[in-house]
Amino acid sequence: MTRLSRPSAPSGDKDAPVGGEIVPPGGRSVAARRAPRRAAGLGLAPASAACFFLLASMLAALLAGAADMAPGKVALQLLDWLPFVSLDSGLAPVERALLFELRLPRVLLAAIVGGLLACAGAGYQGVFRNPLADPYLLGAAAGAGLTTTAAIVFMKGDGSALVVPVAAFAGAVGGVLLAYALGNVAGRGGGTATLVLAGVAVTSFLSAVQTFLQQLNVEELQRIYSWILGNVGGGWDQVWLVAPYALVSVVVLLLYGRLLDVLSVGDDEAASLGLDVARVRLVVLLAASLATASAVAVSGLIGFVGIVVPHVVRRLAGGSYRVVLPISLVGGGAFLVLADLIARTVIAPAELPIGVVTAFVGAPFFVAVLRLTRRVDT
Amino acid sequence: MSRVEVRDLAVVLGTRTVLSGVDFEVGGGDWLAVIGANGAGKSTLLRALAGLLPHSGEVLVDGVPLRRLKPRQRARLLAYAPQTPALPADMTVFDYALLGRTPYIPHLGRESRGDREVTASVLERLDLSSFASRALGHLSGGERQRVVLARALTQQAPVLLLDEPTTALDLGHQQHVLELVDRLRLADGLTVVTTLHDLSLAGQYADSMMLVAGGGTAASGTPAEVLTEELIGRHFDARVRVATGVAGRPEVHLERP
Ligand SMILES: Nc1ncnc2c1ncn2[C@@H]1O[C@H](COP(=O)(O)OP(=O)(O)OP(=O)(O)O)[C@@H](O)[C@H]1O
Ligand SMILES: [Mg+2]
Repeated sequence: MTRLSRPSAPSGDKDAPVGGEIVPPGGRSVAARRAPRRAAGLGLAPASAACFFLLASMLAALLAGAADMAPGKVALQLLDWLPFVSLDSGLAPVERALLFELRLPRVLLAAIVGGLLACAGAGYQGVFRNPLADPYLLGAAAGAGLTTTAAIVFMKGDGSALVVPVAAFAGAVGGVLLAYALGNVAGRGGGTATLVLAGVAVTSFLSAVQTFLQQLNVEELQRIYSWILGNVGGGWDQVWLVAPYALVSVVVLLLYGRLLDVLSVGDDEAASLGLDVARVRLVVLLAASLATASAVAVSGLIGFVGIVVPHVVRRLAGGSYRVVLPISLVGGGAFLVLADLIARTVIAPAELPIGVVTAFVGAPFFVAVLRLTRRVDT
Repeated sequence: MSRVEVRDLAVVLGTRTVLSGVDFEVGGGDWLAVIGANGAGKSTLLRALAGLLPHSGEVLVDGVPLRRLKPRQRARLLAYAPQTPALPADMTVFDYALLGRTPYIPHLGRESRGDREVTASVLERLDLSSFASRALGHLSGGERQRVVLARALTQQAPVLLLDEPTTALDLGHQQHVLELVDRLRLADGLTVVTTLHDLSLAGQYADSMMLVAGGGTAASGTPAEVLTEELIGRHFDARVRVATGVAGRPEVHLERP
């Protein structure tokens, strides 16, 4: 049997610096000066790239569209709207109104919804420590699908424009809360595995009810499907409707980036570092679900953004949630603005549902990501 | 230097009483090795000490019951490295080690320059400075073990709880890691509690040993008192010969039946 024998005295080998004192905070050392300055900070290059991508795609989406307006004039008009700038764009008042009342809010709503879904997806992925978690994992989509179907079926087209968003929001929040309650009852202690299973159960139950309701009202099928496949053409009303919830949920998610990093080393280690694991998980789940519900309320069930965007960000900018969350927010916005641009121009004057476009880009990408992560996992 | 006392500790997992009536003390700056067969409850004991499991009885550090402390205060006293740490593959070594500063960073705040300096100096002491910006997924087993140790050390806690710090390490790395812990202990006066499967190795480094079996303490004392042919034969179901090595420390040799 091999026997390790203990060196009799610390020899002056390369481990020698071990004897040195740890410098107290405030004291300087050689090591400190060599510390990577921004190791955990927001990577500046990816952040500015994402911002540039967002601005460029918003500009492209404002310049192009079904209505035949010269991009040059539109650009002048946009400049004219900037503070302290006054230009004559040569756009007719009707065109100007169209730009302001249709295109501008549509681009903004796409950016907000895309940002919310991507950020919520990153939050869910942190909570479940699984890069394949998505914002609809816990029943938000099925809940919203059910309540919206019910709203469409029972209101038969009358009722205010607020009915669908409010129903969708309530359904999404309700679905998540139901899954959370069920998960806690089934697996006391709030482990993530039972929570995911509860989400699966809630999703299939609510979807079954929704399908049943839909079958009883085949004449509303068209409206139900067009809601499910997504639409960001809701106008300024919907932008203002979603803004406060978007703001609150995004601020909370961004604040919790570092704690999600702590959580990523496992429940035991995180708890041994003094973290209240269950509470962090709950707060992030609530914020991410609020973001999801508000996005769903004004846009329907747009898929893939929540998985695809954080994944790309992780590959390009590293895995720290302090980077993944903010860059997903910006990148998700850009992605959905582009998707919407494609949706409304490819077969103009008709429109593709935006969910079809994101899925068309997202599905092949998803398969590629699965293949790549399989190589890493095993 | 912090003294650890455990009084009448009992842990129930599910419906099973895994540990009961465990009492021991580790003097400040001492090294206690916890040994025992697979499933004896060594990891459970360490997790209970770290406050990660519901338990009855008392754990005191310098006379202060840990129960009375908030989690963050406790994390400044005890650093814990699990048997199988989860290392996010795309996190960098520096960022991972920096997580050890969590008990000092305001809940929703960010780390200070001081936190970065402590992290950098710990990495330097563990010879890891050149790895600082490497991803954890791109490290060898021995490098990982050192990185986990670095994470525990940036916590600057006076008590180190290490669960199998040498699993899956080759001979050289086992020695390297244990020497490292020993020197840190001597330099900074850390109190160390480790579980170790290699009994001879445990006997060479520890000041005192505790044998866990049958849900409690089967024996405790100096390595020479615990590592006897009779106790090992009974509790590990192994046939061994114990020889006396350098400095009176016992060496355990497996015998072929
Ligand atoms: N959550 C749990 N519920 C019930 N029993 C558990 C649970 N976790 C662990 N155990 C049991 O508790 C006992 C002690 O486990 P522990 O992990 O402490 O053993 P160990 O001494 O560290 O073993 P090893 O040498 O294999 O690491 C084992 O029999 C194990 O099966
Ligand atoms: Mg163990």
